[in-house]
Amino acid sequence: MDLTLFVWRQKSPKNPGKLQEYKAKNISPDMSFLEMLDEVNEELVMEGKETIVFDHDCREGICGTCSQVINGIPHGGQERTTVCQLHMRKFKDGDTIYIEPWRAKAFPIVKDLIVDRSALDRIIQAGGYMSNHTGGAADANAILIPKPAAETAMDAAECIGCGACVAACPNGSAMLFTAAKVTQLAMLPQGQIEAAQRVCVMTEAMLKEGFGNCTNHYECQAVCPKGIKVSFIAKLNREFIKAQLPL
Amino acid sequence: MILDGKSPSGPLAEKWSKHRQDMKLVNPSNKRKYKIIVVGTGLAGASAAATLGELGYNVESFCYQDSPRRAHSIAAQGGINAAKNYANDSDSVYRLFYDTIKGGDFRSRESNVYRLAEISNNIIDQCVAAGVPFARDYSGYLDFRSFGGAQVSRTFYARGQTGQQLLLGAYSAFSRQVKAGSVRVHTRTEMLDLVVVDGEAKGITVRDMVTGKISCYAADAVCLCTGGYVNVYYLSTNAQGCNVTANYRAYKKGAFFANPCYTQIHPTCIPVTGEHQSKLTLMSESLRNDGRVWVPLKKGDKRKPHEIPENERDYYLERKYPSFGNLAPRDISSRAAKEACDEGRGVGPSGFGVYLDFADAIKRLGEDTIRARYGNLFEMYERITDEDGYKQPMRIYPALHYAMGGLWVDYNLQSNLPGLFVLGEANFSDHGANRLGASALMQGLGDGYFVIPYTIADYLARTKPGKALVENPEFKKSVEDVECVTKKLLSINGRKSVKEFHRELGKVMWDNVGMARSEESLKTAIKRIPEIREEFWKNLRVTGSGDDLNQELERAGRVADFLEFGELLARDALNRNESCGGHFRVEYQMSDGEAKRDDENYSYVAAWGFRGIDKEPELHKEPLVFENVNLGIRSYK
Repeated sequence: MDLTLFVWRQKSPKNPGKLQEYKAKNISPDMSFLEMLDEVNEELVMEGKETIVFDHDCREGICGTCSQVINGIPHGGQERTTVCQLHMRKFKDGDTIYIEPWRAKAFPIVKDLIVDRSALDRIIQAGGYMSNHTGGAADANAILIPKPAAETAMDAAECIGCGACVAACPNGSAMLFTAAKVTQLAMLPQGQIEAAQRVCVMTEAMLKEGFGNCTNHYECQAVCPKGIKVSFIAKLNREFIKAQLPL
Repeated sequence: MILDGKSPSGPLAEKWSKHRQDMKLVNPSNKRKYKIIVVGTGLAGASAAATLGELGYNVESFCYQDSPRRAHSIAAQGGINAAKNYANDSDSVYRLFYDTIKGGDFRSRESNVYRLAEISNNIIDQCVAAGVPFARDYSGYLDFRSFGGAQVSRTFYARGQTGQQLLLGAYSAFSRQVKAGSVRVHTRTEMLDLVVVDGEAKGITVRDMVTGKISCYAADAVCLCTGGYVNVYYLSTNAQGCNVTANYRAYKKGAFFANPCYTQIHPTCIPVTGEHQSKLTLMSESLRNDGRVWVPLKKGDKRKPHEIPENERDYYLERKYPSFGNLAPRDISSRAAKEACDEGRGVGPSGFGVYLDFADAIKRLGEDTIRARYGNLFEMYERITDEDGYKQPMRIYPALHYAMGGLWVDYNLQSNLPGLFVLGEANFSDHGANRLGASALMQGLGDGYFVIPYTIADYLARTKPGKALVENPEFKKSVEDVECVTKKLLSINGRKSVKEFHRELGKVMWDNVGMARSEESLKTAIKRIPEIREEFWKNLRVTGSGDDLNQELERAGRVADFLEFGELLARDALNRNESCGGHFRVEYQMSDGEAKRDDENYSYVAAWGFRGIDKEPELHKEPLVFENVNLGIRSYK
């Protein structure tokens, strides 16, 4: 099939960007979205032009690197699917597709479709861990974990840190991302020891990075490729309030 | 040269504890004076950086990704082995050791493998303490499953995303050290050279992938945790960015490359659909616990799978290997699939596929149980193929997946270049000629959490901190060399893209150095690769500039190294006149088609030294000594 693409091109954070038109010809429905862009880039190389740069790596939906807003929706709108797992059979011959980067205050543009998501790393660095040392851990079965708690922790832990939740949120909020880590660790007995401290420092880091607050739009849940639920944001709020109460 | 692996003396089970007593220590207050570079942030790199930082060393960490959390360890699905014997099925450290040695077709170093088995239990404990949400049973205890190449259940898992959870656990520990200031992280930064001063590894040269700036970093030791090289085949299950550059450039600076021909082909990947394909997707082989592999009995049978009656199907793994059945090791399962397809019994549009059928398991356990076990894999399969694995059998075909070979290291994980340590998939040490499932995660974390903290101290204690500074002429020269290559890549201005060259190389590799290799095919590859390489340097076109983010340029540098490395891989395969594990030479097989090893002549590690781009590399041998196991025929029948 043949498609018309409008792709955001921006040389650097300092230069203004714009949507540029490209033709994608002879696209097979079995191609992934990124393979379609690979084809367009091959053409550009042959024309002696600079390729469209975009973040991608594992191309199997787990590394969280790929990050494109397709026709206004982060990751393109197929349920629980990253851009790299979106296939061209979801489009029709003659379609026009708009491709843009994640847009959020806390994610400055690096070039074209690539943004800087290091703010998410800094939220984890603030406290998204257990403060245990390597070595000397007790036998793995020494502390039992009820299956439902382990399952909820795992539901939250599935977050791939892609940042689609931020890109979809009208407030540019990273609440879903932060909530997922807070919930994962708070569900586990090993993580409860530092739970109060953790939720405070992570929330503080989130605000410091320029992410907005949650006003219950649920857009984050709708675009999350891993199906992370907004109920975790409720859990985050509960943990946060709990942390404010005197012991 | 005969290489010494420096295995400690004494009984196998006591080697590691004795060695730990014998190694030197660095005083806690002196640790901060030492700087250690860790390249890569996968399981090995993240766990090493976190642990070394926590001990008090100054760590500089580098990764090409935009975040350390995205290293390709994240894609591992199935699980991680440990000899916990929680299943009460007679597992033990010795049994895990033996299974790993046997799985590796008796081509790995006994002492390393035993140590790996020994620390496997600590790894699980460590990960649970760090908040890895492993699967639990209803009583709250850890759950486990069986996996290829073993008759006990020792694989711990977190749904189908074990690698992700373990990596995020290590990344958390790593992030804690970043916050503490002991680890400085350099993302979107690619290592392009190793700097060697007076015969010791003392730094690296890197390119900032956003600004294009090339600069160098000096340190007291360098740890390469840079993963495997199977993207030399163009199509593999590796991430797009996985490359051999860091390892290969260390090789060019004098580090030996060991057993590059040991590559693993994973049996359960989604078949190729066409030329446009950029990668192959793996589905965890844990699927083989419940899926049955079959092809039609008749050649060219084009009927739909459900139209083929039971007696016209060939469940070839169950037929050939009754005791292991569908859980036969990866190399054996892969080759059996290739044989079936070569006989004209392959399925799917291309004929390069076999069925993985869950119908029996769904009948026995119900669709819900299967969904709970493998739901994410079925979803992934449907997204890519548009087929429902619950309703019709999946189609699978083998794909390049893992590199057992890597830079040569001794028992301390130190290469022949003092100060250069190599961890995880990047080294060659633990998996011999074939890696068993759920062992890669074990090795990556084992090396990073529990081996390097001890062994690196033994080196550092013997060296003065800050011996080499970036003012040293070797650093300047390294930067100039790297800048020169970058300029050259940009100035050729030919007519072919990087991707075309990569695809061409990959085809030569897959056709001639793939699942079945012969003297003839290897000689073809050794002739063809330099031709492609020559054309590359004359006819490559890279657009854009070197002064900002340029993905074409990044890829060109990596493919340039693959074009040299592919030849080394083929030469190693040609040298090894035997079949073992992932290395199958058609001339050396039993009457029933199984691999035929030659222990008399090839029970050694082939470690290659660089002599020049168009010169044959120098072969060094490390003889493999087996004091504790008998070299049996690796039978899974």
